[in-house]
Amino acid sequence: MTLIDFIQRLLGRDKPSGALARERLQLVLAHDRSDLNPELLEQMRREILEVVQKYVEIDLESGDVSLETGDRVTALVANLPIRRARPLAIPRTAGADMPDGVVGHGEIGASTDQRTDPDEVDAEKAAVADPPLPG
Amino acid sequence: MSTHDAVTPASARIILICSGKGGVGKTTLTANLGIALARLGERTVVIDADFGLRNLDLLLGLENRIVYTAQEVLAGSCRLEQALVKHKLEPNLSLMPAGNPRMLEWLTPDDMKTVANLVAERSDYVLIDCPAGVEQGFKNAAAACREAIVITTPEMSAVRDADRVIGLLNSQGIQPVQLVLNRVRPKMVANQEMLAVDDVTDILALPLLGLVVEDEQVIVSTNRGEPLTLNGTSSPAARAYVNVARRLRGEGVPLIDPSKERRGLRARLMAKLRKSGNS
Repeated sequence: MTLIDFIQRLLGRDKPSGALARERLQLVLAHDRSDLNPELLEQMRREILEVVQKYVEIDLESGDVSLETGDRVTALVANLPIRRARPLAIPRTAGADMPDGVVGHGEIGASTDQRTDPDEVDAEKAAVADPPLPG
Repeated sequence: MSTHDAVTPASARIILICSGKGGVGKTTLTANLGIALARLGERTVVIDADFGLRNLDLLLGLENRIVYTAQEVLAGSCRLEQALVKHKLEPNLSLMPAGNPRMLEWLTPDDMKTVANLVAERSDYVLIDCPAGVEQGFKNAAAACREAIVITTPEMSAVRDADRVIGLLNSQGIQPVQLVLNRVRPKMVANQEMLAVDDVTDILALPLLGLVVEDEQVIVSTNRGEPLTLNGTSSPAARAYVNVARRLRGEGVPLIDPSKERRGLRARLMAKLRKSGNS
C-alpha cells in the first residue's frame, strides 16, 4: 500500500481490495460451479419469467434471477416481486396442459394469496447439484 | 506406527498433492512434506506425476542420481528398487522420477495406479506431485490416489482453480480432501489487501491442514536442492510444513494465526480507525 492509497483509504474513497476479491470470487465461482454461461442463464431467466407471468403479474423492472453460492452449494435464486394474481387464472384442472417441468400452479398461487401489494416479494430457491461431473 | 519389516500393501496412505493452477507450491509442498514425514519415521515415497515439466528431482537435490524412471518400471525393463532414488540424507524418503514427456501420449490412469500401488507396498506414505491443469495429467494422477491435499494461495485465480479441482476430486469420490494455504502475507491480510484465511476456507469449504506464510527461505532452499524441513525448523515455512506432516499423522497441532504476527504501525492504525468507524 503506497502512501497515496493510504490517504485515499483514510478519506474513505477506496475499498480494501481483499473484500473486492472475495465478492468477485464468489460471483465467478457461482457461475463456474453451475457450468452455466451468461447466455444460458439469460435464456433460463426469460423462460422462468414467462412461466411465472402466466399465473401472476410480476414487476419485471425489479425482478431478478441469479446464482448465489456458499459452502460448495450453488442456488438459483429468483426474486420476483408480485403485483397481483392474474384475474383470469388458469383453472386448476388445466394442470395437464402445462408444459413439462414448470412450477406448479398451486405453489405460486398459495404463496401470493391474491395480495396486491407490489412490494410483496416471493423468493424461490432451487438448489443446483454440486459441481457437475467432468465430461 | 511404522512396521518396517512386514509388507503392508493396503495400509499406505496415497495422497495426491494438487492445485489446478501452476506455481502455487505443489512441488515445494511435496518435497518438504516428504522430508518431514520421513524425519518423523515414516517410510515415504514421492512420485513425480508431472511428466511434462518435472521438477521434484531438482527440489530434492536428486537430479543427478536418476538412472531409471517410472517409464522403465511400467515397461518392466527395470526393477522397482532400481528406479526409486533414495535421498542421501534422509533414507526414509525415496523419489519415483517422472518418465519421458513422450509417455504422455500413451500413459493411462491405470498406469499411474500401477506405479502408486507398487511403491505403496513398501511405504507408509506415498505423495503424488500432480501436474498443473485439469487435463489428462491430472486425471492420471488423481486415479492413483486415495486422498488429496489441495494447495492454493490467497489469490483469486489460484482459489478459482482450486475450486475447480475440488469439484473434480469430489465427483471422483476422493476423501478426505484437505487444504493447505500457501504464501500468506500477514501484513497484507492485516491491511485487508489480501483474501483472509477465513475467506478462502469459507469459499472452498475444506478443512485447513496447514497455513504457510510467505518465506524467502523457500527460494534459497530450492537453489540449494535442500528442502527446508531437512535442516530443522528454523524458518516460518519450515515450521508450517512440519506441522502439516504432524497433522497428517493425526497429531493435534494448533494452526498459526497470521493476524497474531507482529503488525506494522500502519496496519495497527488502520485497525484502530476501522474500529472507531464501526462503533
